[in-house]
Amino acid sequence: MADTVTARTAPYRAVLASRIRAQRSYRLSFGVDLAASFLVSFIELAEVWVLFHAVQSLGGFDFRQILLVFGIADFCFSMADMVVGHCDDLDRYVRDGTLDVFYLRPQPLLLQLITSNIELRRLARAAVGLASIVIALSINDIRWSPAHVGLLAMTLIAGIAIFSAMFAWAAGIQFFVISGGELTNSFVYGGRYAATQVASVWTRPVKAAFGFFFPMAFTAFLPALLLLGKPGPSLLPAWLGWCTPLAAIWAWAGGLWLWRIGVRHYQGAGG
Amino acid sequence: MPVALAPYGRLFAAGIRQQTTYRLAMLGGLVANTTFGLLKSVILLAAVRAGGGNLHGYAVGTMATYVWLSQGLLGSLNLTGRTDLADRIKSGAVVTDFLRPISLQWGTVATDVGKAVCALLPRGVPSMLIGYLFVGMTIPHRPLPWVLGAVSLLLGITVSWASVYLVASAAYWLVEIRGLQVFYMMVSGFFAGLLVPISLFPHWLLVLASSTPFPSMLQYPIDVFTGRGGVGLIAAQVGWLALVGTVGHVLTNAGRRRLEVQGG
Repeated sequence: MADTVTARTAPYRAVLASRIRAQRSYRLSFGVDLAASFLVSFIELAEVWVLFHAVQSLGGFDFRQILLVFGIADFCFSMADMVVGHCDDLDRYVRDGTLDVFYLRPQPLLLQLITSNIELRRLARAAVGLASIVIALSINDIRWSPAHVGLLAMTLIAGIAIFSAMFAWAAGIQFFVISGGELTNSFVYGGRYAATQVASVWTRPVKAAFGFFFPMAFTAFLPALLLLGKPGPSLLPAWLGWCTPLAAIWAWAGGLWLWRIGVRHYQGAGG
Repeated sequence: MPVALAPYGRLFAAGIRQQTTYRLAMLGGLVANTTFGLLKSVILLAAVRAGGGNLHGYAVGTMATYVWLSQGLLGSLNLTGRTDLADRIKSGAVVTDFLRPISLQWGTVATDVGKAVCALLPRGVPSMLIGYLFVGMTIPHRPLPWVLGAVSLLLGITVSWASVYLVASAAYWLVEIRGLQVFYMMVSGFFAGLLVPISLFPHWLLVLASSTPFPSMLQYPIDVFTGRGGVGLIAAQVGWLALVGTVGHVLTNAGRRRLEVQGG
C-alpha cells in the first residue's frame, strides 16, 4: 500500500522538488521576492490599522479583535496562494496552447496543474498572517477550552481549502473567458479582501455573496466570533463558525464542477 | 497644433485605439472594479456611521464619492509600476525608440495617457454611474468643481504615468526591476489613498504620504472634485509633475549613455 502511494506520487514530487530547487538557486532574486511578498502583506495590515485607528471600533470589533480575523484570513489565503495560486496562469497556458502538454501526460489535469509549481516566496506573506494570529491570540481575552483549540485548527485547514477552491473556480471559468483574469479576480482577490473585513457591517446582498455563495465569512470572521465569545450579526450567527468544513466542501464541489465543464469545453489550440 | 507637437497628439490617439480593441477584458475589469467598490463602500460607509456621520470631514455622500471615483480612476492610473518600456529597456529594443525624432520620455507618457483617458469611458463612467444610482454618492451641482476636477484628473493621470516612467528608467542600471516594481505597487497604492483615504491617516503618516507624488495621482483629484481642496492641490500636482518630469529627463539622458545592447 505504502509502496503504491510512493510510486503514484513520485512524478508530482519530482516536479515540485525541481520547482523548489529552481527558486532557491537564484538567491538574490528569491530574497527580493520574499521581501516584496512580506511588504505586500504588511501594507495590507497597515490599511486595516489606519481604518481602525480612525474609528476605534467598527461593527463591534476593535483593532485587537480584527487582527485575529485579518491574521486567520491572510494566513489561509497565503498558504492557498502558495500551493495553488499559479492556477491563475491558466489563461496564459490556454492562449499559448501550452496547456496541451498537460494532456499528453497520463495524470489528472487539475492535479498536474496544482503540482506544476509552488511559490515559496508566499511564505513571507504567510509569516505576517501567522504573526498576526499569534499576537491577536495573546492580546485578546479568550477563554480557552479544548473545543476552542480544535476550532482554530479546523478553521486553518478549512480556510486554506476554501481559498484554494476559489482558485479552482477561477481556473474553470478561464476556459470560457479568455483573458478573464480580471473577472475572476473579483472573487479570488476580492474574496481575500472580504475575508479580512468585519462581516457585521455588510449589507444583505454582500452577506449573501461573500457570506455564503463565496463562503468568505467562514474562513475567519465566523470562527473568530466563537473564539472571542461574540454574538454574530443577523444572517451570520456565531454558531456557523463550526460549519467551516461544510463551507469548504461546498467550495470544492463548485470548484470541481466548474473545472469539469471547463475542461470539456476546451478544444485545444491546435498545432 | 504646432508641428513639433503633432506626433504626441497622434500617439495619444493611437493609445486610445489600442485600448478599445479589448472589450471583453474591459467588461471583466468592470466587474472586478464594482465588486471591490462594493466591499470598499460597505466598510468605509460603516466607518463614517460609526464616527457619527462625520469621519475626518467625510460624510456618507462624500465617502461614497471617494469610493466610486477612486474605483473609476483605477483603470486609468498605473499603480502597479509595470510598463512595456521596462521590458524594452531590458531586451534592448528601446534603441529603436531612441532612433525616432521625438522625445522617448514624452512620447511614452503621451501614449500611456491616451490609453488612460480612454479607459475612463468604459471604467470610470460606469463606476461613477453605479455609485450615483445605487449608493447615493454626492456630486457637485456647480460647474466649477467639475472643471477643476477634470483638470486635476488629467494632471493626476499624467503624474502617474510620468512616475512609472521613472521606475522603468531604473532598468538602464538594474536591468531586472521586478522587486522595484512590487515595492512601487505597494507604496503607491497605499499613499495614493487607494483603499483608505489618506486624510484618515494619523498625522505623521499623512505628512509622509504628502511628501511623495502619490496623493497627486488619486487623492487630490477626488478632493478637488468633492470640494475638499481647490487650486492649492492643483498647484501641488503641477509641482510634482514638473519634478517627476525633470528627473525623468535627466534619467533618460543618463540612461541613454549607459544603455548597452548585447548581441548584434
